[in-house]
Amino acid sequence: MNLSLLILLPLVTAVVILFCKGLKQVRSVALAGSVIQLLASCFLLVAYWKEKNAGNHSPMLFESDNVWFTALNIHYHIGVDGISIAMILLTASVVVAGILVSWTMEKLSKEFFFLLVLLSMGAYGFFISLDLFTLFFFLEIAVIPKFLLIGIWGSGKKEYSAMKLALMLMAGSALVFVGLMGIYYQTHSYDIMQISQMHIPLEVQKFFFPFAFVGFGIFAALFPFHTWVPDGHASAPTAASMFLAGISMKLGGYGCLRVATFLMPEAAHAYSWIIILLATIAIIYGAFATMMQTDLKYINAYSSVSHCGFVILGIGMLTQTSINGAVLQMVSHGLMTALFFAAIGMIYSRTHTRMVAQLGGLLKVMPFISTIFVIAGLCSLGLPGFSGFVAEMTVFMGSWQNPDGWYRLATILACASIVVTAVYILRAAGKTVMGPISNEYAVLTDATWNEKLAAAILVIGIVLIGVAPFLINQLIAPGTENIMQQVGKLITQK
Amino acid sequence: MSNYSYIVWIPLLPLAIFLVLGIFGKKYFKNTSGIIGTLALLASTVISFIAAHQYFFVDGKVNGVYQKIIAFKYTWLAFSPNVSIDMGIIIDPISIMMLVVVTFVSLMVHVFSLGYMKGEVRFATYYAFLSLFTFSMLGLVLSSNLFQVYMFWELVGVSSFLLIGYYFDKPSAVAASKKAFIVTRFADLGFLIGILILAFYSGTLDINTLIERLTAVQSTHFTSIATAGFLGVSMLTWGLTLIFIGGAGKSAMFPLHIWLPDAMEGPTPVSALIHAATMVVAGVYLVARLFPVFSMDASVLTIVTYVGAFSALLAAVIACTQTDIKRVLAYSTMSQIGYMMFALGVSKQVGENGLGFMASMFHLFTHAFFKSLLFLGAGAVIHFVHSNEMKDMGGLRKLMPITHIAFLIACLAIAGIPPFAGFFSKEEILMAAFHSNKIIYGVALFTAALTAFYMFRLYFSIFWSKESHHHNSHGEGTVSMKLPLIILACCAVGVGFIPFSHFVTADGSALETHTDMLFSIAPVTLTILAILLAAAMYKNENDKPAKAAAAFGALYKAASRKFYMDELYLFITKKIIFPLIGRPVAWVDKNIVDGLMNLLATITAKMSVLIKGLQSGKVQSYALYFFGGIAALAVLFIYLWK
Amino acid sequence: MNGIPLTHIIFLSTALFFIGMYGLFTRRNMITMLMAIELMLNSVNINFVAFNKYLYPDKLDGIFFTLFIITIAAAEAAVAIAIIINLYRSHRSIDVEDATEMKF
Repeated sequence: MNLSLLILLPLVTAVVILFCKGLKQVRSVALAGSVIQLLASCFLLVAYWKEKNAGNHSPMLFESDNVWFTALNIHYHIGVDGISIAMILLTASVVVAGILVSWTMEKLSKEFFFLLVLLSMGAYGFFISLDLFTLFFFLEIAVIPKFLLIGIWGSGKKEYSAMKLALMLMAGSALVFVGLMGIYYQTHSYDIMQISQMHIPLEVQKFFFPFAFVGFGIFAALFPFHTWVPDGHASAPTAASMFLAGISMKLGGYGCLRVATFLMPEAAHAYSWIIILLATIAIIYGAFATMMQTDLKYINAYSSVSHCGFVILGIGMLTQTSINGAVLQMVSHGLMTALFFAAIGMIYSRTHTRMVAQLGGLLKVMPFISTIFVIAGLCSLGLPGFSGFVAEMTVFMGSWQNPDGWYRLATILACASIVVTAVYILRAAGKTVMGPISNEYAVLTDATWNEKLAAAILVIGIVLIGVAPFLINQLIAPGTENIMQQVGKLITQK
Repeated sequence: MSNYSYIVWIPLLPLAIFLVLGIFGKKYFKNTSGIIGTLALLASTVISFIAAHQYFFVDGKVNGVYQKIIAFKYTWLAFSPNVSIDMGIIIDPISIMMLVVVTFVSLMVHVFSLGYMKGEVRFATYYAFLSLFTFSMLGLVLSSNLFQVYMFWELVGVSSFLLIGYYFDKPSAVAASKKAFIVTRFADLGFLIGILILAFYSGTLDINTLIERLTAVQSTHFTSIATAGFLGVSMLTWGLTLIFIGGAGKSAMFPLHIWLPDAMEGPTPVSALIHAATMVVAGVYLVARLFPVFSMDASVLTIVTYVGAFSALLAAVIACTQTDIKRVLAYSTMSQIGYMMFALGVSKQVGENGLGFMASMFHLFTHAFFKSLLFLGAGAVIHFVHSNEMKDMGGLRKLMPITHIAFLIACLAIAGIPPFAGFFSKEEILMAAFHSNKIIYGVALFTAALTAFYMFRLYFSIFWSKESHHHNSHGEGTVSMKLPLIILACCAVGVGFIPFSHFVTADGSALETHTDMLFSIAPVTLTILAILLAAAMYKNENDKPAKAAAAFGALYKAASRKFYMDELYLFITKKIIFPLIGRPVAWVDKNIVDGLMNLLATITAKMSVLIKGLQSGKVQSYALYFFGGIAALAVLFIYLWK
Repeated sequence: MNGIPLTHIIFLSTALFFIGMYGLFTRRNMITMLMAIELMLNSVNINFVAFNKYLYPDKLDGIFFTLFIITIAAAEAAVAIAIIINLYRSHRSIDVEDATEMKF
């Protein structure tokens, strides 16, 4: 299977959108493109299984390598392993859902869908890149549209939020770039697989690891660089919030794993206590900050800070199970927050408020939306049967394997956040969908077909992972094994 | 060994019903959902009776011991080569016993609900939730893996949440459901960490393997967990205590009991099923499931004993003062679970010393019947008078004859009057306590008397006392409501005669118990005295209760306010956690962390203000700078650059 | 021809250049400013031609450059006038101080 298809499809869709007229044409093209992309991703999954079952044990599959710019040894090198496929499937599902919930976006619809599709292209490119430069290139493509999406279609203090988000993410990219340059000038290669075979001296790793990790960490809401998350998510239009939380934040986690940890494992090992400290703070602190929020979008955004802390924690713990958990948490959190934002968007578009205190009893008039809201909430608080449970428990089990006492303490603190999560989720759900309903909301209508479809796609993903985690576990395990080998190899080498 | 894999269908049937009714119920099965749910559960019940018959009577014992059988196992989520969550089914006496109890009581509740919930708008949802609960509870009792237990543990928690909050437009129901979930969640945290500890030291999550490894005193696993310590206490004690905290949360043991009385906001049949007969005994079941490990650590068992005994006493005292009939029953549930807990606590693993374990399970078994009967009876009463308050009732014995008789039987059973079911199990518990710890025995005896007193206070207040002023407009209830009462009443009379000690014991081999007439004299006499006292005070309307309340003064007041536990928790959450942790964190985030980011932006902006004057927008001044610059450079290069 | 020394011509071109510069700095009218720029360009042209003639009489590089500059200047004038006309249409003025939208 030619992986370039994954980049070409969105590109073609985006171009076709530019030639469309009117919302109806634009949205059907966008939907068609994203559905084809989803099918292609599923096909990729099938092809991947076929290869694996045929006994292909190379770390990356479907590789293709073309020279892009000889002077700097930049290649267009792409390939996937299980982790990337999981991310691609996540992206594809969130994109379809995002396009479905923006079905009635009247304002500048052509530009809106164009930017959404462009953003998704950046994400696909990022996940399949095996060359640091192209990886960075696609990272940037995924950043720019967000500024416009929030600045133009947002609500509230959108200019401020858009600027804040763009600046902080750009700062993250700049740090990442420094890290990449450091690696490049040490190894004279941008090729991830090649670099992983070389040995970067420890001092160099120690110097450049923080750049790469913090840079990607900003994308993944690493404490204390998470403040773009609440404002950015709150101001963004629904689909953009979904993309932000479901896709953009995953770019960071994936980067931390694939670039920072995979290429500089010794430094990751040396700095793991800092990573874990920051992650634990993010988890607890994010959870408590969430408890005090009154706006549904802020609640979900802060809870994302807390949940993405699990991703960082899993990476920082450096055991295979915990890294597995981190990947699971990325996928799970992506689907779950996208669902949550979709539900909030649906509620907001009907009630025109997102303040918890003003809502109530929506279950009576919009059972479907309320149900998905509760499902997203239950997934967020880690209920078995949904993906959140699987991911969190894998992170906990993996973290616990790390026998150091302080790491144990961090794990226990992280576990404690599930109680706080329960508190804020139940507060939000209890106030919003339960309780008495006020008269002004008594005439509201339930979800339309497109909203139902969008929610269904995400719920299916969540439940599938929650009920049959062994499927996704098998998918990502070879990838994480590969990363762990790298960590193990270099550490024992010393 | 015969094949038990069909047992899988027992939990799967309710799950299927949950999915069908949850997704399609509203549209297609608006009125038939109750029948569908009940029929499916009937099938489950029949299968579990077949399984019980096969296990106890067809296969029977091997070498005098009932075997532990793993009927089904599938690796669900592998953490590492040894540690994985397996979906499995464990079959041993206690799981079979629980299987029978859960399916049977659930069936009764399903049938009862047909009448009780008739005409509800969300009838299908109600049955979907009931099925979800039944599925989770069955999964819990059949779990062969510690983490599997945790998963179903959470699922029963959420189904309990959904059912308590069934009347979602009632703020008190919403608050109660949240409280139940959060308090048990807090306890589950202990459970989770306990699992992590045990799993780490034993290197497995499989319950059988775990028990095997942690009970072999010489094994490396046991020595490592027993020697590793934290704060001077061994990891074994930590792990088991934390797991017990999890169990205590679900089983409403002090101080995590505060959710149970509020949980009565749910529909009454739900209270009968979840908050009386099945879910709340999950904690007891958990301790029993891991009992071999618990019995390795005397200090944890001591904790279990005292927490159980104290909860039993505390709840009984509070129950004497409550006026909401469901709350009285809730506290009595808590009290009875306290009995089961301390019975486990005073027990040992092997032989005669395992009397407590057997007694605890026996009490769990009998309690399920008479307590669900009490709740369903209360449900029938509430359905009749449309109120939960005792003062709205009285003299109902003529209007509701069947309910009256059933309720009386249940009261006699819980009070421990021979030959009703409760007598036998309570007797064993008292015996076990007597042989191991006299203080506990004393507490248990006193609690038994209190139990009889408050149950008959309830009974007389509902069915006697003042004359009824209710018009018998809609009768006692439908057949579907009366039938479960009759069946359960028969059980409450009969199940005590089951030779329970032959089937369910700590080590799997039969235990000979003998009812000691002399021993029974003390508790039975006390109980009868308590009943007479209750009769004197509440049979007819008089001012004795008020006088008694005044005589106890502060104690009465404190008990009626539930010893201020709710206030204490409210104080901790509203006055400490929210303002002292939550708000500062939110403030720090907004002002310090985000403030730093904004400060960076502000500094940049200030810098740009400083230098933006250069960009005057005047072409000529730009040209001037340009030429001036060139001139300066020229001077520099020609004269100074030497 | 030989009678005129190079310095005279350089003097002329320098004078022309600074006249142009003065005009560019002081005039507010864009057309005049454009004319001033043309003056400066022409002074440069003179220099090119003169140096070519006096220093490297056997080469033509300076002449080429001059021709090149003349073409560029023509193009530039066309663009500049187009801009000025547009500016006039929108601002009703060709005073350079009136077009300040692009300032910070």
